[in-house]
Amino acid sequence: MDLTYTPEEEEFRARLREWLGRVLPTLPPKPSPDDWPGRRAYDLGWQRRLYDAGYAEVHWDASPTMRLIFLEETEKAGAPYVGAGFVGLLHAGPTIAAEGTAEQRARWLPPILRGDEVWCQGFSEPDAGSDLAALRTRARRDGDDYVVSGSKIWTSHAEVADWCELLVRTDSEAPKHRGISWLAMPMDAPGITVRPLRTLAGSAEFAEVFLDEVRVPVANRVGDENDGWRVTMVTLSFERGTAFVGEVVACRRVLRELAVEARKNGRWDDPVLRRRLGRLNAEFRALWRLTQWNVSEAELTGGVPGVGGSVFKLRYSHARQELYDAAADVLGPESLDLDRPWVLDRLSSLSYTIAAGTSQIQRNIVAERILGLPKGR
Amino acid sequence: MRFQLTEDQRALQGGVRELLARRFGPETLRAALDTPGRLDRALWRELGAAGFFALRLPESEGGVGLGLPEAVLAFEEAGRALLPGPLVATHLAAGDVPGAATGEVVVAAAGNGLVEWLAQADVVRGDAQAAVPLRSVDPLTPLHRVPSASGVDPVAVLLTAAEQLGSATRACELAVQHARAREQFGQPIGAFQAVKHLCAEMLVRTETARAAVYAAAVTAEPVDIDAARLLADEAAVRGARDCLQVHGGMGFTWEFEVHLHLKRAWVRTYRAGDVTDSEESLAAELLARPT
Repeated sequence: MDLTYTPEEEEFRARLREWLGRVLPTLPPKPSPDDWPGRRAYDLGWQRRLYDAGYAEVHWDASPTMRLIFLEETEKAGAPYVGAGFVGLLHAGPTIAAEGTAEQRARWLPPILRGDEVWCQGFSEPDAGSDLAALRTRARRDGDDYVVSGSKIWTSHAEVADWCELLVRTDSEAPKHRGISWLAMPMDAPGITVRPLRTLAGSAEFAEVFLDEVRVPVANRVGDENDGWRVTMVTLSFERGTAFVGEVVACRRVLRELAVEARKNGRWDDPVLRRRLGRLNAEFRALWRLTQWNVSEAELTGGVPGVGGSVFKLRYSHARQELYDAAADVLGPESLDLDRPWVLDRLSSLSYTIAAGTSQIQRNIVAERILGLPKGR
Repeated sequence: MRFQLTEDQRALQGGVRELLARRFGPETLRAALDTPGRLDRALWRELGAAGFFALRLPESEGGVGLGLPEAVLAFEEAGRALLPGPLVATHLAAGDVPGAATGEVVVAAAGNGLVEWLAQADVVRGDAQAAVPLRSVDPLTPLHRVPSASGVDPVAVLLTAAEQLGSATRACELAVQHARAREQFGQPIGAFQAVKHLCAEMLVRTETARAAVYAAAVTAEPVDIDAARLLADEAAVRGARDCLQVHGGMGFTWEFEVHLHLKRAWVRTYRAGDVTDSEESLAAELLARPT
């Protein structure tokens, strides 16, 4: 058991820190959360700087430990996160890299890395959420095209995306996992309607996407026809790897800020609140160690994150909600003021036990795949 | 960074597990219940011979010359097997009390208002003059009450957390075994989400605690040890409770071992000092560094 970093890793960290110190002061001001084109430009601009500095492929090619260091240092320095680049860099890109043809890789990967193109994700449907494989969006072959009809939901960045990684049903007779294909759909194709959905936090973070006889070239299919479920699972395992590193770093900073605020407004004198913050300190320290443990394990297994990601996600999503509930108790009645810090974060933390696999589904995964308990209803 | 067990650490873990399975298996545990308050001195000497107490002593002093991570792995196995006796106190005395390292001498320690195994100890560290026996809730840990002393050695807290981790791991395994084997309504009860999710949460608590305990063994920082102890206490106590629940009526019997894990976990919770002290230290640490 070793928590020290190798000289190479430390050198990577030092160079990155130095670069961040130089480049961050030159970034334009952050756009308002409602300014979608502005957000797209800002996020892609950041990716372009990473590309120019040689950091663009850190999510794909770097060792798990280097990725951990990258995410830790960028968060500590206050650098932007992937933002609109999320699906391209962390879902679609890795999928194409792993399963695409040489042509497909050459067409789609460079624009993702350069920060030229934005991807969104068309997986969930109104009637296919936790049971994703029950999706019903149909794709029928017509010459060199698929003709796609159906609807997708919870699609982030749909308004500003160039491409959508789309799961469609290409065989409705086959068992549900065996009739799905993975398509790259151009978002400017005729027949696509995007309707923004407002979240409980008030912002339009995601959208519904309606597809009416949308033509997608067969050449845009990644993997074999009807093999899309397997292709997708490659993608989803990336999502549960180092995806939360930056957030754990951020939560630990918020916790310190909460302590300072509590001392300022007098609530620190309440031993119940104080000890609750102490427990959260233990919690987030442990989550950081668990991240290091999982990353070290991925290092041994060749970089593919395992089901340990589900253990982490279950604990972290709950801890994040606890953190912002504690923040509300630090603020007292001011926690009802949307202009106070942490209040919007508290609202958005409510999505963490739902998005990317609900806690209930994660517990099934942990119980069935790690503990070997039987599947049931 | 390689925050995983090394080959040597795996071998040590396997060795201790094997020794305890051979010398302190289920029948021995049951026999110990029939003779409460008696420590198996032969086993104690065998532990000494295996290096359990001298693990962290330098080789020049006749020790094994290993560090805290290895000690944590050994104590995790002790917790898993429910090994009785003042293990932590004797291990900590190995450098100071002659005979402790070899298992010839049993050492008890008075701390945080309690002494474990006072009547069986050859040497008692701390003030146990006014010790008063109590009827211990844990049949395998005789207890005396003493005036509260301040401060528990952080290494004792960490090794206790390691025992909690072992207990939590064992409770999860027992629950999963039962959930796979026991059938009701025509299927294993582990197929029901109500049961399955209890087991999943046990694993989540255990693995989170494991990361905290192992990291504290590497850094030996008091704040990491405080964090590890809170997580490990939670994993052990709640793990035993959930394991008991999964076993239904069997879980409430004297026969089934889970009550021993729960009772020992309670004892260890007090051995490691007040929970509130750990929480307060962790809270204070939040203000100790600039944000």
